[in-house]
Amino acid sequence: MDPFMWFLLVLLAFMILGSLIAAETEDLLSSVVCVGAVGMVLALVDLFLGAPDLAITQLVVEILTIAILIRVVLTRRDETHETRKDTLAVGGVMLSLGVLLVLGGWAFTGLHPFGEPLLNSAEPGVAAQYLAGGLAETGAANAVMAVLLDYRAYDTFGEATVIFISVIGAYAILRHKGRVRHADGNEPHR
Amino acid sequence: MSVTILPFLLALVLLLIGLYVIIAKKNIIKIILGVAIVEYAINLFLVLLGYRAGAAAPIRTPEQTDAAVFASGAVDPLPQALILTAIVIGLGCLALLVSLAVRLHERFGTFDMTRIRELKG
Amino acid sequence: MPTGMSLIVKTITRLVASFITLFGVYVTLFGHVSPGGGFAGGAIVAAGLILVLLAFGREETNRMITHRLALGADCAGALGFLALGLLGYLAGGYFYNFLDPGTPHTIASAGTIPLCNLAIGAKVGGALFGVFLALAIFRPDPRTEDRS
Repeated sequence: MDPFMWFLLVLLAFMILGSLIAAETEDLLSSVVCVGAVGMVLALVDLFLGAPDLAITQLVVEILTIAILIRVVLTRRDETHETRKDTLAVGGVMLSLGVLLVLGGWAFTGLHPFGEPLLNSAEPGVAAQYLAGGLAETGAANAVMAVLLDYRAYDTFGEATVIFISVIGAYAILRHKGRVRHADGNEPHR
Repeated sequence: MSVTILPFLLALVLLLIGLYVIIAKKNIIKIILGVAIVEYAINLFLVLLGYRAGAAAPIRTPEQTDAAVFASGAVDPLPQALILTAIVIGLGCLALLVSLAVRLHERFGTFDMTRIRELKG
Repeated sequence: MPTGMSLIVKTITRLVASFITLFGVYVTLFGHVSPGGGFAGGAIVAAGLILVLLAFGREETNRMITHRLALGADCAGALGFLALGLLGYLAGGYFYNFLDPGTPHTIASAGTIPLCNLAIGAKVGGALFGVFLALAIFRPDPRTEDRS
């Protein structure tokens, strides 16, 4: 294997190790920091795999995620203890996840090998047209932006709607007014 | 197992670790971290799908004047376009989950799911 | 932490936050020429504003960059994007790129793509900053506290 493959596998192993530590440690702050490390390494992997837009976005979004989570964890008292371990339940979960892993491994043998995507085959589909005709048809040098905002602009509009819904949902949950209790404790019907 | 699908299998292992955290942990913040890990795993898998060995990013510089040469030396732009939106949507959904957790802590005083499940009235 | 952080953090934030926001606007505007685009640029603008929020505390920030400003930027971005799509309908089809392609590798090229990038940047920046502001100014209501 060439050094690139070795480096990629080391980074992926780091991500798996980081998420395992985040899963098993008792301290919440350590878990948040470990997940932050996993996200940063994902940004690095994105850069290695030829996706600079993804690397920038993943890095900044990861920083904002850590900021939100640390803010929530540090200012609230909590005494959750992982007390008596229900070994039967955890064992059942591990068994089913193991079965999923085996089935996924069997399903992945039908995938194109890593490094030779669908683009290399005889019928590459629309991606080859987007790459070849990107600059001529749209005028954008960044092929990803041409795909996102010209060829597939409607999907980007759907994505903008989903962000809007999730943010409005967060506002609605965090509001204080809007629920009025009468003196006897009943809520008025809407 | 050959090296040609090993990166995909490692992405699947990351997904299963995230799934285990969502199922088997009691603390709400741990569960939210599990959702974040699942999102990373899916983004990683899609980026791995589009990679072409020895190729560069799909951004054209002024020196690359030939479209066919550029198209044969660039990675697949379609998975990247999908994931770019998915990353920001993931942050929006995580913020929604955190606001739910904040409200639950205000109501019950704890992040422990087993105590929150005993709803009263 | 209602009153913000120490004097060192506040001084550095005064120097740096405007540059971070400017960088976010740059990444948004040149999204069709170099890596980045609306999503990355919007996230960077949100990060710059969140830096101001963390350094100066929620009351002071809520006076200058209010909740309504973030929500207004969010809605303006969404409506702008929809308007660009419907205007394309007049020229050919839904979300049709009806402006002139122009000379490549310059900022005034690629038709509606820079305008779409600006709309998406405003939307993502407003949304991410708004949700962080909502989480920061949330105060537990003493009426609904039920410490069982």
